[in-house]
Amino acid sequence: MSEENRQPLVKVQDLHVEFDVRDGIVHAVDGASFTIYRGQTLGIIGESGCGKSITAKAIMKMVPKPGIMRGEITFFEKTSQNDGEATEEVRIDRLHPDSQRIRKIRGGNIGMIFQEPMSSLTPVFSAGFHIIEAAKLHRFVPVNTIGDTMTRNIKDKRGVTDDEAREIAVDMLRRVGLPNPESRVDSFPHQLSGGQRQRVMIAIALSAHPDLLIADEPTTALDVSIEAQILDLMRELQDTADMAIMFITHNLGVIAEIADEIVVMYMGKEVERANTIDLFENPQHPYTKSLLGSIPQIGEKRSELETIEGMVPSPFDLPQGCVFHPRCSEYMPGKCDKVYPEYDEVIEGHWVRCLLYDGCRPDTQEAQVIKESV
Amino acid sequence: MLSFLIRRVFYALIMLVVVSFVSFIIISLPPGDYMTQRIRELESMGDKSAETRLEQYRIRYGLEKPFLTQYWLWISNFVQGDFGLSFEYEQPVATLLKQRLPLSVTLAVTTTVFTWAMAIPIGVFSAVKQYSLGDQIFTTLSFIGVGIPSFLMALVVLYIAIVKLDQDVIGLFSRNFQDAPWSLAKVWDLLKHMWVPALIGAITGTSGTIRIMRGNLLDTLGQPFIEAARARGLKNRTVIWRHAVRMAINPLIVILGTETFPAILAGNILVEVVLSLPTMGPLYIRALLTQDMFTAGTVLVLITLMVMIGALVADLALAWVDPRIRLD
Ligand SMILES: Nc1ncnc2c1ncn2[C@@H]1O[C@H](COP(=O)(O)OP(=O)(O)OP(=O)(O)O)[C@@H](O)[C@H]1O
Ligand code: SF4
Ligand SMILES: [Mg+2]
Repeated sequence: MSEENRQPLVKVQDLHVEFDVRDGIVHAVDGASFTIYRGQTLGIIGESGCGKSITAKAIMKMVPKPGIMRGEITFFEKTSQNDGEATEEVRIDRLHPDSQRIRKIRGGNIGMIFQEPMSSLTPVFSAGFHIIEAAKLHRFVPVNTIGDTMTRNIKDKRGVTDDEAREIAVDMLRRVGLPNPESRVDSFPHQLSGGQRQRVMIAIALSAHPDLLIADEPTTALDVSIEAQILDLMRELQDTADMAIMFITHNLGVIAEIADEIVVMYMGKEVERANTIDLFENPQHPYTKSLLGSIPQIGEKRSELETIEGMVPSPFDLPQGCVFHPRCSEYMPGKCDKVYPEYDEVIEGHWVRCLLYDGCRPDTQEAQVIKESV
Repeated sequence: MLSFLIRRVFYALIMLVVVSFVSFIIISLPPGDYMTQRIRELESMGDKSAETRLEQYRIRYGLEKPFLTQYWLWISNFVQGDFGLSFEYEQPVATLLKQRLPLSVTLAVTTTVFTWAMAIPIGVFSAVKQYSLGDQIFTTLSFIGVGIPSFLMALVVLYIAIVKLDQDVIGLFSRNFQDAPWSLAKVWDLLKHMWVPALIGAITGTSGTIRIMRGNLLDTLGQPFIEAARARGLKNRTVIWRHAVRMAINPLIVILGTETFPAILAGNILVEVVLSLPTMGPLYIRALLTQDMFTAGTVLVLITLMVMIGALVADLALAWVDPRIRLD
C-alpha cells in the first residue's frame, strides 16, 4: 500500500493519561500521537512502564482507575450505506466507558489480546463459552426476505442463535489451530496450556472480524517455540482477514518479524516512527540506537551486551527538556535539558523527536555541525 | 466421585466414633454423677419417690457398670435412634430433640437467608464502588457489626423491645401459644418472635460476610480476565455479575457449608440463652452445666455430624460450581 492512499483506522492525538497516586502524579502517557492505518501492522516498542499498555487501553476506552485521560482518539468506522461505503469518525475519547457505542467497538471493531494468557480466561467458563459470549454480542447474520435481491445493502441483520454461536466457536478454534476443536470447545482454561489459551484469546478477538487487533505483548509469557507459532498464526490470520494489528512488545526480534511500521515509545510519548526496515537500518533517535545496540548480533564478538546507561527516570519527576537527556549518549548540555524536542519528519516517512534534528534533516550540513559541536 | 464419597463417609464415621468416645470421657470425668445429685435435690424438696424412680434409670442405663460398658450401651442404643434419657427433664433425649431441632433449623435457615440477602449485594456494592461514601458507611457499619458481641446486641435489642416498645420478644412463642398445637396463628406468633434472633444473627453474620465478599470481589476485579471480559464488549453489569461475582463467591460457599450446618445446633448460643429460646443452644449449655450426660453427649455428637456434613456439602457444592476442583 503506498503512503498516500493509506486509510487511517485509529488516530491518536496528543494523548495523555495520568494517574493520581499517593506519591504524586504518574504521567503514564504524555502526549502520544500516532495513526494506525487499515490493514497495517504497527509495532509499538519501548521499555517496561513507558505506557504501551495504557495507550492500548485508552484506545479501547478502558483506562484503569484512577487514570484520567486527555487527548483525541478517533476511530474511522466503515459503514455500508445504500450507495456504497462511507467512513464515520467516532471520537472514542468522548464516549462513556460503558456506553453501547463503545461496547460495540470494543470486541466488535477492535479486538484485544493480552499479556497474560494464563489468566485472561474466566476460570469457571469453558473456552467455547468465551467465544460464544463474544459472538452473541458482535456477530450478525443477514435476514433474507423474499424479493430483496435488489436492495442487498439494506438487508436486516439479526444476532446469532446459540447453535450458530457454538458453531462459530468451534470454527474459530479450528482456525487458530487448536487440535480437536469439537471437544476442545468445552475445555476449561485450566485444561489448556499457555499457548493454547492464547490461541483461544485470539479466537475470541477474531470471532467478531475486527478491523483492528491490539496485541499487547501476546507472546511475552510464552516460551520461544510457542511464541513463534503464535506469531505465525497472527500473520496468517491477518493475511486472510484484512485487519490491522497494533503489536505491542519490548522484544525487538519479535517486532522486526511482524511489523510493517514501528513506533518507538519512551516515557509516555513516541520518539521515533519509521517503517521497519528503515528503523532497523537507519535509526535516528539516540534512544532507538541504543535499543538496537542492546541486541547481540550473531557472529559479533562482544564481551557484554550494550545496555542503555542509567535508569528510567522516576515517573513523578520527569526531566526538563528532552526526557531522555539523562541517559543520552549525544546529550547537548544547555540545549537538551532546556528545550522540549518537537516531533519532526526528518526523512520522508521517518519521524523523530530529538533536538539533533532540530529543524533540519540529518543528512544536511547543519546537522553535521550540530553533531560535531557536541 | 463415588470413591471420594465413600472415603469421606468412612472418615466421618471414624471421626464420629472418636468424638463420641472423647466426649463421653469428658462428660463422665467430674466426680459424682448427675443421679446422686438430683436424688438429693428432689428428696430435699419432699419428692419421696425420687430415689426409687431414678434408681431405675441408673440400672437401665448401666450407670453403675464400668465405663466402657456404659459407653457401649449408650452408643449402641444411639445408632438405633435411642439417645438415652435426659435426667434433668426426665424425658428421652430424642423427644427433646424433636421439640427443639425444628425450631433451631428454622432459625438457622432464616438467619442464613437474611445474612446472604444482605451481605452479597452490599459486598458487591462496596467493592464496585470502592471508597465511595456508601462503601465507607457500609465498611464502618460492618466493622461495628463484627466488633459488637452478639449477646450484647441481644441485650440491647431486648431492652429496646421490652422497655421502649413494650414488645414481647423473649422466646419464640407467646405464653398462650407455648403448648398450643400448630396453627396459622401459631406460625405468625413464631415469626413475630423469630425476627429478633434472626436479625441479630444476620447482623453479626452479614458484617463478616460483607468483608469477605468485598475483599474477594476486589481481588477478582483486578484479575486480567475481568479486563479481557470488558474488552470483549460486555456490559459493566455483566462483567461484574457473570464473571467477577461468579468467581468471588466460591469461598463463601465453603463458609456456608462449614458454618451454617453446625450453627443449626450451636449457632449463637449466647444469643439464644439471652433470649431464652426453646432451641438447641440453651439445651446444650444447660446439659453441660448440670452434667446431664446423655443430652450433652448427644448434642456434641450431632454437632460433629453437622460439621462433617457441612464440610462435605461445601466440597460437593464447590466442585459443582468450580470446574477446577476435582473430587478424587
Ligand atoms: N492502575 C494504575 N494506577 C497507577 N499507575 C498505573 C496504573 N496502571 C499503570 N500505571 C503506570 O503507568 C505507567 C505505564 O504503564 P503501562 O502498563 O502502560 O506500561 P507498559 O509500557 O505496558 O509496560 P510493560 O512492558 O511492563 O507492560 C507505569 O509507570 C505504571 O506504573
Ligand atoms: S534531544 Fe538531546 S538528549 Fe534528547 S535524544 Fe536528542 S540528543 Fe539526546
Ligand atoms: Mg504492558
